Amino acid sequence: MAKIKLAKDKIEKLIDICKSFNNEGSELINVLHQAQHNFGYLPAEVQEVVARELDVSVAHVYGVVTFYSFFTMVPMGEFPISVCMGTACYVRGAEKVLEELKKHLKVPIGETTEDGKFSISCLRCVGACGLAPVVTIGERTYGRVAAGDVADILKEYQN
Amino acid sequence: MEQMIKLTIDNKEVEVAKGTTMLTAAKQIGVEIPTLCHMHLEDMNIEHNPGGCRICVVEVDGRRNLAPSCNSKCEAGMNIKTHSMRVLNARKTVMELMLSDHPFDCLVCAKSGNCDLQTIAQNLGVREIHYAGAKSTYKVDTSPAIIRDMDKCIMCRRCETMCNDVQTVGALSAINRGFESVVAPAFEMDLEKSTCTYCGQCVAVCPTGALTEKDHTNQLIRDLANPNKTVVVQTAPAVRAALGEEFGMEVGTLVTGKMVTALRNLGFDSVFDTDFAADLTIMEEGTELLQRLGAHLKGDKDVKLPILTSCCPGWVNFFEHHFPEMKDIPSTARSPQQMFGPIAKNYLAKEMGVKREDMIVVSIMPCLAKKYECQRDEFKVDGDPDVNYSISTRELANLIKQANMDFVTLPEEDFDNPMGESTGAGVIFGTTGGVIEAATRTAYEVYTGKTLEKVDFNALRGMEGIRSAKVDFDGLELNIGIAHGLGNARKLLEEVRDGKSNYHAIEIMACPGGCIGGGGQPLHHGDTSVLAKRAAALYREDAGKAIRKSHENPYIIKLYEEFLGKPCGELSHKLLHTHYFDKKNEIEIE
Repeated sequence: MAKIKLAKDKIEKLIDICKSFNNEGSELINVLHQAQHNFGYLPAEVQEVVARELDVSVAHVYGVVTFYSFFTMVPMGEFPISVCMGTACYVRGAEKVLEELKKHLKVPIGETTEDGKFSISCLRCVGACGLAPVVTIGERTYGRVAAGDVADILKEYQN
Repeated sequence: MEQMIKLTIDNKEVEVAKGTTMLTAAKQIGVEIPTLCHMHLEDMNIEHNPGGCRICVVEVDGRRNLAPSCNSKCEAGMNIKTHSMRVLNARKTVMELMLSDHPFDCLVCAKSGNCDLQTIAQNLGVREIHYAGAKSTYKVDTSPAIIRDMDKCIMCRRCETMCNDVQTVGALSAINRGFESVVAPAFEMDLEKSTCTYCGQCVAVCPTGALTEKDHTNQLIRDLANPNKTVVVQTAPAVRAALGEEFGMEVGTLVTGKMVTALRNLGFDSVFDTDFAADLTIMEEGTELLQRLGAHLKGDKDVKLPILTSCCPGWVNFFEHHFPEMKDIPSTARSPQQMFGPIAKNYLAKEMGVKREDMIVVSIMPCLAKKYECQRDEFKVDGDPDVNYSISTRELANLIKQANMDFVTLPEEDFDNPMGESTGAGVIFGTTGGVIEAATRTAYEVYTGKTLEKVDFNALRGMEGIRSAKVDFDGLELNIGIAHGLGNARKLLEEVRDGKSNYHAIEIMACPGGCIGGGGQPLHHGDTSVLAKRAAALYREDAGKAIRKSHENPYIIKLYEEFLGKPCGELSHKLLHTHYFDKKNEIEIE
């Protein structure tokens, strides 16, 4: 019997999230979405609890988590940065913006800065191609970002 | 009434029901379209047709693109070409792309000669791979029963259908996406740490060498070649009903005598029968059933009913992982394999004048979970397993071929004694319904003190996934449930858990069909009609036996007189019973 450790309030929160979707297996993606919103990421323990509550296999939960690039199993920063690499953003220089971010924060894609403040990830199209290239930080969206704007944007979060 | 439509396939007119796939329609007029991911288990009402492999594409007049025939439906007036040059060209390209990410291990691959991918590549005449791309590299995951070599996976996902839909085990899922996608247990943990039951149904349907059994043939050859070892073998009932298939014999041919001769030729010191141990299982499990039933009838509220059979190791793994709260409901009787082991090493070894450490007990099993079962710690004495290892029906067939025996023309010999004598009751253990029928034969006579006039309980036989029957024990009506396939077992188990079950006894076998459909049997390539034929073979052997009730096996009677004492007695409990473990992942509050 293997044991999974998770703090009590976290388990309760997760159970509540599952309940808010009537513990339906078909709501798995929405449940994971909420769980990640609350915990910042989806560690194995969280997936175990979700699987149990929705009565689906853990392998299935893990399959969904690894399929969608939005879900992450590593803790994200306090301010998660996503750079859109969809076609429109890409051709308008998203890659340069990304390089600039990596240079400033000194972490590769998919990882979090040592102080836990920022994490960098890429995503495919946020549906705002008119604003390309697009960067999102937390809930905020930045449009028509140029590599030269990166330093100023990051400054907004330094206090 | 079904609406029928007419269309043309390869210049032949065909009439099919609306909704029929092109693949099925083609089959109807004898046109075989090659498939890799498609799997249709008709008897189980399971059709797996994701249309992912693209090998089954066909050309449809008036359509721009080729259509995957396994999941494209026929329409009236269609003109389909299944083997046009455009189709062959596409199939070849698809195959080359698939092979461009597949190891060229055919010379040493366990599946070689029995591999759908290899066969189709050969049939397509692929001689060169024009694409050089990235190759997947995964760690080979070796469990005690199953080996996963995901470099050889072609993402047909048949294993997922077996694991999740048929067996409801949920150990496997496709993970990641694009080129990175692969079938794996949760968190890519080793199979051994997952909820896998080792039923082996994934191995039975894998079209490549990605999923294979852990092969113990080389270990066996070493032991047989070692003059200091006394190597004895036991053969499970289901093996004799399927082994012949590996040598081109008709499905359902009984090869008991030839199998015994082959084993003797291989050099086993004694050739025994797991059926003997099956008779012993009936003595123990049947006694336990009557004890629990007696207590229940006396008004004991604590007694656990229904009693569940426990001779299937895949099933034992299943409830330990998924229903551990019910682990005190199954019988504590060990499986026949694990009853044979301790009797061989504690009783037979003395009779033969062999030291325990010099005796190797090998089992021939239709099953992969048996490989795991014999390695369980509770079945070892000071690290020495009661059964050293288990060989599948397929591995035995290979070994017989290696030893250059012409199996079909082998003479027929009898098992050795004392552990080769068995009754018809032991034989039918190999098919769904057989264990409970064997138990009923003995329990009836012990309970009523009367002789059964007719030992055939036809109500317990059949291939339906869940069956129930009432058996009259001289005025006491017993409700008996039967499930085969773990998905069906789950349904009965949930009823028991929710207090909705009125059964007194339930027989469960993990594999569809019971052991005859085990994960170690000759591959049926999706044709589940072979199961009923194998079952019929076992019922034939039962009908032809002089003794058909376990408690009348003279060697079983002798074993109790000379060694064990009485069923469920002290020594029986030590050697022939077991206990179960809670293997569910527990979520602990920090």
